[in-house]
Amino acid sequence: MPVSTAARLSRREWLLSERPASRMQARLGRAYVTWRRFSANRLAMVGLFIIVALLLVAAFAGQLATHSPIVGDLKNARLLPPSAQYWFGTDDLGRDIYSRIVHGSRLTLFVVVLVAVIAAPIGLVVGTVAGYAGGLVDAVLMRVTDIFLAFPKLILALAFVAALGPGIENAVLAIAITSWPPYARIARAETLTVRNSDYIKAVELMGASAFRIVLRHIMPLCLSSLIVRVTLDMAGIILTAAGLGFLGLGAQPPLPEWGAMIASGRRFILDQWWVAGAPGFAILIVSLGFNLLGDGLRDALDPRSGEQ
Amino acid sequence: MSGAGDTLLQAEDLRVTFPTRTGAVEAVRGVSFSLGRERLGIVGESGSGKSQTGRAIMGLTPPHARVTAAKLAFDGIDLLALPAAKRRALRGKRIAMILQDPKYSLDPVMTIGRQIVEALRAHESVSRTEARERALEMLAAVQIRDPGRVFDLHPHEVSGGMGQRAMIAMMLIAGPELLIADEPTSALDVTVQLDVLAILDRLVAERGMGLIFISHDLRLVSSFCDRAVVMYAGKVVEQVPASELRNAQHPYTRGLLDCMPRIGADRHPLPVLERKAEWAA
Amino acid sequence: MSAAVAIDRLEVVFDRFRALKGVSLAVQPGESFGLVGESGSGKSTLLRAIAGLSPVTSGTIAVNGRPLGKRRDKAFYRQVQMVFQDPYGSLHPRQTVDRLLQEPLAIHGIADGEKRIQRALDEVGLGSGFRFRYSHQLSGGQRQRVAIARALILEPSILLLDEPTSALDASVQAEVLNLLEEVRRSRGLTFLMVSHDLAVIAHMCGRLMVMENGEAVETLAALDLATRNVSQAYTRRLLVASEGFAGRARTG
Repeated sequence: MPVSTAARLSRREWLLSERPASRMQARLGRAYVTWRRFSANRLAMVGLFIIVALLLVAAFAGQLATHSPIVGDLKNARLLPPSAQYWFGTDDLGRDIYSRIVHGSRLTLFVVVLVAVIAAPIGLVVGTVAGYAGGLVDAVLMRVTDIFLAFPKLILALAFVAALGPGIENAVLAIAITSWPPYARIARAETLTVRNSDYIKAVELMGASAFRIVLRHIMPLCLSSLIVRVTLDMAGIILTAAGLGFLGLGAQPPLPEWGAMIASGRRFILDQWWVAGAPGFAILIVSLGFNLLGDGLRDALDPRSGEQ
Repeated sequence: MSGAGDTLLQAEDLRVTFPTRTGAVEAVRGVSFSLGRERLGIVGESGSGKSQTGRAIMGLTPPHARVTAAKLAFDGIDLLALPAAKRRALRGKRIAMILQDPKYSLDPVMTIGRQIVEALRAHESVSRTEARERALEMLAAVQIRDPGRVFDLHPHEVSGGMGQRAMIAMMLIAGPELLIADEPTSALDVTVQLDVLAILDRLVAERGMGLIFISHDLRLVSSFCDRAVVMYAGKVVEQVPASELRNAQHPYTRGLLDCMPRIGADRHPLPVLERKAEWAA
Repeated sequence: MSAAVAIDRLEVVFDRFRALKGVSLAVQPGESFGLVGESGSGKSTLLRAIAGLSPVTSGTIAVNGRPLGKRRDKAFYRQVQMVFQDPYGSLHPRQTVDRLLQEPLAIHGIADGEKRIQRALDEVGLGSGFRFRYSHQLSGGQRQRVAIARALILEPSILLLDEPTSALDASVQAEVLNLLEEVRRSRGLTFLMVSHDLAVIAHMCGRLMVMENGEAVETLAALDLATRNVSQAYTRRLLVASEGFAGRARTG
């Protein structure tokens, strides 16, 4: 559609057009409809707001922090309560807790994004291949998945970290390795649902290779459930990372990882509650944000959510 | 015999509206007809509003939709003014409904016999033994050869035709006066359809019931019913005795009759229905 | 001249269920052949066996003179294509019409896709405004047209049609049947069409085979149906059933 005509129609009309004139218009139109569905859900928007805030805080951590996150004033500023100078108080090494939380948001994002980027594709590939191939391939892949699923997540992560050594990169790897099995299960379930549908048969009847069918026809169908599940899992991933940090096996000092902050603040919880309380609260808010976002995505992406 | 005597059902300006994200959608837009102890066929294609009309009479419209009518009376009782409990009491006891696919309309985890017994005991206080007896009688009345065996089967263990007959038994056991059948034979094989229709035919005649037969199949309605109401886009476009359907006046009905392939009539290409905007106005 | 499709004593068994019990038939090039039967007759299984979607237990299938093995190759798919029954299930829910039509061209490495897609849409009576719609934005009849366009874009010589209009309203059915006839005439295609509706088969096909429980009951010409020149009782029952309900009970 020529630009002048597009400018004459409002952008909304263009997106919702019944006769899209290009691939781009169709895709954008579809994304727009999904966005409308999502934004109609207030709680989902709250979740989105929280996550966007997290991203902004992480991006502008340098500007938003008031003090250094790793160098503290040992002489004067140990364990001070929240005040105008130290917004969330200070910890036992005189470091400003607010600044540590702000910088710690980067670590949280780092963990969450990396785990998602590693675990989700592995789960997707394993699940779709198992579901499409069936037979022996399916059995073998699913038994491997079962083995990983049999261990409680934290225990398995602990084992990996113990083997690989402490540190935040290894913690990420460990968590990723334990996170992919549910995604494989979801992908496999979706694949089995669509495996025998006529549109897959139609593509088989054109002579498409199994590789092409799985990659270009089946995987796109699994994406929305997977996205929802990954988003909902992010809260759990943060908590697992926090747990590992708490045990001293995740981020190492002086990194301001929120779980490690709670661990070191544990000793002071009765009299100087803010040392553990502030990072705990941050984890709470971000987990809540991911949960709300995930729920909202599920309702928006799943067209079967009962509207006439 | 057709029509004579009491009016069982009267509908005047019946409207069913669904609120959607993009505004209100009127599925049924001012449908009026009356029914005595006769067979009325409501014919239409998908989107014509025929199913929603049947459901509105039963009171089974989804709760978020709005049903209004100048008059919707069953045996003189104003259906829309009835409190929910009384409406429920009518349902099954005096007005019954058969749906299309027994696979989806019978409870899959209960045996057939138990469902029929439950249907009976919901409306009459009878002992369990008596209920079982009557259920078996009813199964025999719908020509199920071994009622005792079928009594203990689950819906997925019987064929489509048998499941539909079980559904008829279940719906007629409480002795309703009006039966609404929503595409009762559309999910069945063609030879089985005739068997099921014959059973329905006999039972309706024996009990002097009124029947509303909702279908997309004009041919079937013209051969099975006394009168036919043709619906298009939520409105009634034609009401005509079934035997007169061949000489229908409205261009939609004519178009619908003409566009179907018929054995022996060799028309290439088939005449296509040209929809006119004014039919939906 | 060899038959377009020749089937000899085909047996298809699923686990222990015999879906096809030794069926034979021959369809001549350019012919429109119908398969009629009720559920469980094996008519759809037969079609899928030809397409390679059902495993064959014994018997042979030959297409354009060449016998088929266990697998089908790309050359086969350029000769034989299929139109499925359910318009709501035969198009990928996340792909636009354009993408759906691109796929067969991409798989076979056919160039000038742009022109071919335009032509395919024109041929089935869908304007360019439909090209970038998703399948949920199309009506049943429009989807079936897209399915037909997709089947024809590889320019096959044989079209397998599995109840192509059963899920459509009567008025839409007439349009799609007319389209199929037009397409067959202009491209000289061979049709093998399955339906439970005798009238549709009688209209579309020259010859037909009646099937029951995995076996062939009778093979006859469509004209024989009109003149009631049928030899088997089952065929007669189907004929009678197609005429609607007869024998109303006397009331009162």
